[in-house]
Amino acid sequence: MRQLLIRRLLQTVPLLLFVSIVCFAMIKLAPGDPVLSFVTPNMHPEDIERIRHNLGLDKPAYVQYFLWIKEAVTGNLGYSLVNHQPVMDQILDRLPATAGLMGSAIGLAVLLAIPLGLTAGAYRGRWIDKLVNLVAYVGISVPLFWLAILMVYFFSIHLHWLPSMGMRTIGVNSAFDVLKHGIMPCVVLAFSFLAVYVRYIRSSTIGQLREDYVQIQYAYGSTKRIVLFRHVMKHVLLPIITLLGMSMGELVAGAIVTETVFSWPGIGSLGMTAVRGMDYPVIMGITLFSSVLLILGNLAADLLYGIADPRIKSKR
Amino acid sequence: MTERLLEMEDLRVSFYSRDGENQAVRGVSLHVDAGETVGIVGESGSGKSVTAKAALGLIGPPGKVIGGDIRYRGESLLGWSDGRWRKLRGNRIAMVFQDPMTALNPVKKIGAQMTEVIRRHRGLGKAEARREAADKLREVGISEPERRLDQYPHEFSGGMRQRVMIAMALSCEPELLLADEPTTALDVTIQAQILDLLKDIKARSNMGIVLITHDLGVVAQVCTRVVVMYGGMVMEEGAVEDIFYRAGHPYTQGLLKSVPKRGGGLRERLVPIEGTPPDLLDPPPGCPFIERCPHAFGKCVERPPLFELGDGHRALCWLHDAEHSAAKVPGAAAGGTDAETVGERGASDE
Amino acid sequence: MNRSKWRSVAGELRSSAFGIAGIIILVLFTIAAALAFLSPHDPNALNALERLKPPNADHWFGTDDYGRDYFTRALYGGRVSLTVGFASMILATGIGVIVGVVSGYFGGWIDNLLMRLVEVIMSIPSFLILLLLSVFLKPSVGNIIIIISLLMWMNIARIVRAETMSLKEREYVLYARASGQGAFGIIRRHILANLMPVVIVGATNNIASAIMMESSLSFLGFGVQAPNATWGSMLNNAQGLIAQAPYLAVFPGLFILLTVLSFNVLGDILRVGFEPKLVRR
Repeated sequence: MRQLLIRRLLQTVPLLLFVSIVCFAMIKLAPGDPVLSFVTPNMHPEDIERIRHNLGLDKPAYVQYFLWIKEAVTGNLGYSLVNHQPVMDQILDRLPATAGLMGSAIGLAVLLAIPLGLTAGAYRGRWIDKLVNLVAYVGISVPLFWLAILMVYFFSIHLHWLPSMGMRTIGVNSAFDVLKHGIMPCVVLAFSFLAVYVRYIRSSTIGQLREDYVQIQYAYGSTKRIVLFRHVMKHVLLPIITLLGMSMGELVAGAIVTETVFSWPGIGSLGMTAVRGMDYPVIMGITLFSSVLLILGNLAADLLYGIADPRIKSKR
Repeated sequence: MTERLLEMEDLRVSFYSRDGENQAVRGVSLHVDAGETVGIVGESGSGKSVTAKAALGLIGPPGKVIGGDIRYRGESLLGWSDGRWRKLRGNRIAMVFQDPMTALNPVKKIGAQMTEVIRRHRGLGKAEARREAADKLREVGISEPERRLDQYPHEFSGGMRQRVMIAMALSCEPELLLADEPTTALDVTIQAQILDLLKDIKARSNMGIVLITHDLGVVAQVCTRVVVMYGGMVMEEGAVEDIFYRAGHPYTQGLLKSVPKRGGGLRERLVPIEGTPPDLLDPPPGCPFIERCPHAFGKCVERPPLFELGDGHRALCWLHDAEHSAAKVPGAAAGGTDAETVGERGASDE
Repeated sequence: MNRSKWRSVAGELRSSAFGIAGIIILVLFTIAAALAFLSPHDPNALNALERLKPPNADHWFGTDDYGRDYFTRALYGGRVSLTVGFASMILATGIGVIVGVVSGYFGGWIDNLLMRLVEVIMSIPSFLILLLLSVFLKPSVGNIIIIISLLMWMNIARIVRAETMSLKEREYVLYARASGQGAFGIIRRHILANLMPVVIVGATNNIASAIMMESSLSFLGFGVQAPNATWGSMLNNAQGLIAQAPYLAVFPGLFILLTVLSFNVLGDILRVGFEPKLVRR
C-alpha cells in the first residue's frame, strides 16, 4: 500500500509539471499582445514598454515560465485582463457554486445509479432492465444543453415551478431559494453521469452474478436480495471510485455547458465569459486549476480504491 | 434400519438455449442414507454436478427440472416454495464446491461470510455465531481461528480455503453434505489432507455424504457406495467392492482401466476410453455409451433397464439381459480381464 | 478480418430492434443531408413576413425568427454534424492507430514518451482545450474537425496499444520476427488486420462523441459561424425563443439525440458481435 502511494505520487509530479508547461505554452502561443489590454490611446511607447517590463513580458520565455510557476504555486495565477482582479480570487469566489453543483450532481447520480444498475443487472432481459437500459442509452446520447432547454420550458415557462436561471432570487437570501434554483442544473448534470454509472453497474452486476461465490450463496440459503446488496454491491461499488476519478474531465465539460445554460455563477460560466472576452490569465488559471483537480482527483480515487479493496491493501 | 435421507427417482433436467434442449440429466434414480458416503463418478458433462444442484433446488433458468421426483426424508421437494427451499439449503443439506479460490467472496472477511450463514439458519446472535464459526474452523484443522476469522479469502491458501468452505458447510450441522469435486482444484498433497478431513468428519458423525468426482482413486478412499454416471444417466451403482472388483458395465470397466492401480507398477498398461461423450442436445435413444463401447451390439440402440447384478449392485447394460447372456452372468470375474470374454460373447451372439 | 466475425455482428444486429432502427435512422439522415439542396427553400434566406411560423405544410418544422425555413436549416445542419463526426473520426482514428501501434510494438522509451503525452492531454479537461483552441483558430468546419480529432485520438491510441502488445506475443508474429521480417512488414501484414475489431468499435463510439462535441461547441457559439446552420447553433438560437416558439428547440435536439444514440447503439452491437464470448454467458 505504501509502495503504491509513493509510486502514484511520483507519477503525479511530472504530470503536473507537464500540464503546467502546456498551460503556459498556450498563453504564450495565444494570438494578441496581453499588454495591449493595459494600453490606452494616449500612452507613450515608453509607458507601454514599462508596463511590459513590469509584467515581466520582456524576459525570455523560460524565465517567464519559472516566474509564472513560482507565483502559481503560491496561489497567484495572475490578474484578469478585463477587470484586473486576481484570477485566484475569482476562482475561489466561484468555487462554492460549482462545487455544490458538481457534488450534488455526482451524489444524485451515484445514489440513483446503484439501485437502478443492480436491479437491471439482476433482472437482465426483463422489462425493468430494458427500461433502465433505454433510459441509460438516452442518457449517454442526449445533449445536456437540449435537456436543459426542455426542462426550462416545462418547469419554468409552462408550469412555473422552478426559476430558469441564476442561483438566487434578487433580494431573497434563503437556502431554500438556492435549492430551488439548483434543482434543474443538478438534475441535468447528473443525468449523463447517471447513465454512465448505471451502464457500468449493470454490466458488472451481470458479471458478478455469474461468479462462483454468488452461486454458493444461493446454496447456503441466501435470497436474491441478500446476494445483491450484501455481496455483489461491494464489488460493484469499488470500481465506481475509479470511475468517479475518470469522469472528472467530463464533469468539467458538463459543468461548463450546464452553468452557461442556467447562468449558474460558477467557475464554468466564469470560464465562458473569459473565453468570450479573450481573458487569457483567467482561462489559463481555470485550466490549470481544473487540471490539478483532475490529477489529484484521480490520485485520490486510486488511493481510496487501494484502501477499500482488501486485495490491494495487503499487497503493501 | 437405515435412515433414508435423499432419494431421486427418474430425475430429468434440461437446459434450454438457442441451440436447443440440452438434456443434462436423463432419468437418474439414486438414494443416500444417513451415515453412508456415496460417490458419484463420471466425466465432465455426465450430469453429476447438475444432479447435486437439483437436490438443493439450485437449477435456475435456463435450466429446468422437467420430470421425476426428489424426496428428502420421504417428502417430495419439487413444488416447494423458494422460502422452504432456503430453509433447507446450507442448513439440513450443505454443499462444498470445486474451486475454493472462487467460492468465497473476495471482498468480505471469512468471519462475516461464515456468521452470515450461521445467523440465518440458527438464529444466533453476532457473538455466539462468531464463537460457533471459530469452533468450526478449529474442527477442520485451522489454527488460530479467532484471528483467521478477520482475514480475507486471499490471505488463505487453496487448501485452507477449502477447509473454510467445509467449515462453512458444517456450520449448521447438516444431515447431508454434498461435495462437488472438493479436491479437484488442489494439488495432490493437499487433496490427501482434504480427503482425510472428509473421512474424519464421516467417522465422527452420522451425516450422509455425497462425493462427486471424476477420480476413482478418491472414491476408493472415502466412499461406501458408488454411482457411475455417463451421458446424464446412471450406468452402474453398487458398493465400492462391487464397482472395483465386479464392474458390470463396459463404461465402468473402461474407467477402471484408464486409472493407474495402486501397486500396478510400471508394467501396467493404461487404456484411455476412445471417442467422446454423447451430444446431449441430441442424445442417442439407447445406451449413451454405445458409440464408445467395445461390446455394443444390436440391442444397444434401445434404452436398457437397470439389471440387478447382486444386492444393491445394478448396471444399465443389455449384456446382462437374460435373453442375451444365456450362459453366465458377466462381471462376476475381476473387472478388467473379464471384459474381453464379455466382448467375444457379445459379438458371437449377434 | 475474418468473415465469421462479421457474420456474428450481423446476427447480433438482426436480433436487436434498436440496432436496426439505428441503421435506418443514420441512412435516412445521411441521404436527407446529402439531398438537402433539393429543398425549395434557401437555408439562409431571410423572410420578414414568415417569422416564427409554427410547423405547417410549406415549412415542415416552421420558421425561425429571421423567417428561415427550419426544416432546410436542419438538413444543412445535419450535413455539418455528420461531416464533422465522420471526418474527425477518421483523423482521430488514424492518429490513434499510428501512435498506439508504434507505442505498443516498439515499446521502450518511445512508448514511454507517447503514453506520457497521452496522459498529459487526458489530464487537462478536454472541453476547456476545445474552447481555447476554437478561440485561437478561426472556427471553420475544417478547423473544428482538426481540433476535435486532436482531442479524441488518445482513447483509440490506448486501446490499440494494449491490443498491439498482446498481438505482438502471438505465435505467428513471433515466427515472422524469427524469420527475419521487418517491423513494418509485420505490422502491416499481421498486426493491423487483427486490430480491426477494436478500432472499428472505438471509431464508432468516436463518431458519437465528435458529433456531441461539435454540437456543444456550436451551442456555446464557438462552432461553425452564422449564418450557416448547425444543430447546436440552432439550439442556441432556440434557447432565447423558447417562450415564443418552443417547437424550434424540438427538432435539432431530437436529431442530435437520434444520431448520437444510433452510433452508440451500433458501437455496442459491434463490440458484442466481435467479442461474443465476453458478453454472453
